[in-house]
Amino acid sequence: MQPMRSVRSNTVVLPLTNVDTDQIIPARFLTTTTKEGLGHQLFSDWRYRADGTPNQDFVLNRPEALGCEVLVAGRNFGCGSSREHAPWALLDYGIRAVISTEIADIFRGNALKNGLLPVTVDEGTADWLLAHPGASVTIDLQTTRLELPTGASIEFPIEAFARHCLLHGIDELGYLRGKLPEIERYEALHTAP
Amino acid sequence: MAASTLFEKIWNAHEVVPETADTPAVLYIDLHLVHEVTSPQAFSALRALGLPVRRPDRILATMDHSTPTLSDQVFGRVPIKVDAAARQVRQLEQNAAEFGVELFDMQDARRGIVHVISPELGASRPGMTIVCGDSHTSTHGAFGALAFGIGSTEVGHVLATQCLLQRKPKNFAINVEGRLPPGVTAKDLILAIIGKVGVSGGTGHVFEYRGSAIRALSMEERMTICNMSIEAGARAGMVAPDAVTYEYLQGRPRAPVGHDWDSALAHWALLESDAGALFDRSVDIDAGAIEPMITYGTNPGMVLPITASIPDSAGDAVADKALGYMGFRSGEAMLGKPVNTVFIGSCTNGRLEDLRAAATVLAGRKVAAGVHLLIVPGSQQVKRDAEAAGLAEIFKSAGADWRESGCSMCLGMNGDTVAAGQYSLSTSNRNFEGRQGAGARTLLASPLTAAASAVRGRITDPREML
Repeated sequence: MQPMRSVRSNTVVLPLTNVDTDQIIPARFLTTTTKEGLGHQLFSDWRYRADGTPNQDFVLNRPEALGCEVLVAGRNFGCGSSREHAPWALLDYGIRAVISTEIADIFRGNALKNGLLPVTVDEGTADWLLAHPGASVTIDLQTTRLELPTGASIEFPIEAFARHCLLHGIDELGYLRGKLPEIERYEALHTAP
Repeated sequence: MAASTLFEKIWNAHEVVPETADTPAVLYIDLHLVHEVTSPQAFSALRALGLPVRRPDRILATMDHSTPTLSDQVFGRVPIKVDAAARQVRQLEQNAAEFGVELFDMQDARRGIVHVISPELGASRPGMTIVCGDSHTSTHGAFGALAFGIGSTEVGHVLATQCLLQRKPKNFAINVEGRLPPGVTAKDLILAIIGKVGVSGGTGHVFEYRGSAIRALSMEERMTICNMSIEAGARAGMVAPDAVTYEYLQGRPRAPVGHDWDSALAHWALLESDAGALFDRSVDIDAGAIEPMITYGTNPGMVLPITASIPDSAGDAVADKALGYMGFRSGEAMLGKPVNTVFIGSCTNGRLEDLRAAATVLAGRKVAAGVHLLIVPGSQQVKRDAEAAGLAEIFKSAGADWRESGCSMCLGMNGDTVAAGQYSLSTSNRNFEGRQGAGARTLLASPLTAAASAVRGRITDPREML
């Protein structure tokens, strides 16, 4: 994985709570056996009408959404199914960070493993972001701060090891394989319950 | 030693390397369940790195999510209709053969939904850590195991190392006292719990379901409860093992025997949360006050007693969007609304007791004209048991569509879908927009409510038909 330090972009705002991973990528597109190309199906049932034409009312289809790499959404983004296809689809489309007051556990873990930044913020910051679509923001992974165009700088929580891996492009599996001696010792002492 | 919860005891016993401020714990995984949809990318990752599967003996692999439920396709008399699904099935067959993983394939008598077959084989046991690339892995917590869903990258981590990097979640006690009234099931209880806790109330926590109402539940009912823990945002849901657990497990194909059984029992008896163990959060639920429940919106937290009316959305744009999708308005009664499709099955309600419950309502009755009642057993074993018990005959006589096992219409990957705009009363676990097909409108309820509503063609309180 490539090291990453920050994401600087205008925001695209999806003002909905409890956006589940079935919306991010519907189940009928999970029949792929690779990670690539899922961006076309991102938010498919909201982005396209039944006849396959783009739904111009949906935020991602508006001209100002073009090139935006930061998605702002309501509370509990990414709930539901554990499908890693959700962060794969967001990244393939071009989203590199998601900001919400709350991000579901499994989605958060999957996002971090793929270099999609899950950024949780307080209600006040979220309200400001939801009310200002297109705001130019910087998410600095080095300082763990979100910079708003108002000059506000908000610290966000991120799991320390995941941050370290993202900043230095470290693959978690490589780290885990480095623990094989400990794993073997554990196995020698324990049988399955 | 400080008093510990059930969760903490299992967590501590599986820490290969404890967590620090800078690094998560290395957590050992006893059982890894694998299926065709979330594993291909993980096997590819191992292949790219030239790594073997480290402990094939700790994997149970099957195909369930995208598989057909029509017998001719399952048993190869005609090709699988959905091409992409057929490719995934072949891919898992190839991966299992290449990496030496035992696979319960399409025609294996032990095949079924992964969360149904592992318990029925006796592979899910107290004190274990169990993971799967599926969020409903929480089901296995019914045995007093720590069981949770993971993504495909983590599936690769477990394949390669039998471990995961994890931060320790917090403890959340769900205390349920009293007894469920007649006609009120485990499904109604978990829907009521989700309604109370909210769809993100459990984020960062592991639920432990406790209290006299939980103790009174069968293993299959406990599985229904634990299954939907993720719908309240929880990482996992657990019930401490007891005599009900042991009775269920004894004699199953993969349960320990002889001296091993005795020593397992001695170990399992130590797992329950110590008196005085601290929970970070808790809620109290009165089982006796619960009614049959049904969802009215587009997440499982938008749920109410079946006799209630849809609440006022109070100008909440998100609630209005959900009602608009469902074609409902605030103030309308749920009872009497028409249904087009009824689905009985899934890892939530596809076990023998669920089918027995549906059969008590369907016996001697007919499915209403114009309603499609699809009944999909959770496993081939459940199918055989239901046929031996005469349940399948009751279903077919009632006009139901009785199929081979799989996830089926819970998520519609295999072509078992609900048409846009149609109402589906479903015993599954998610009423998200489009979950059962683009534009489909899902109402979650119990097998009793599903069967009663199939007979009337309208949302029906099952207590009227018992």
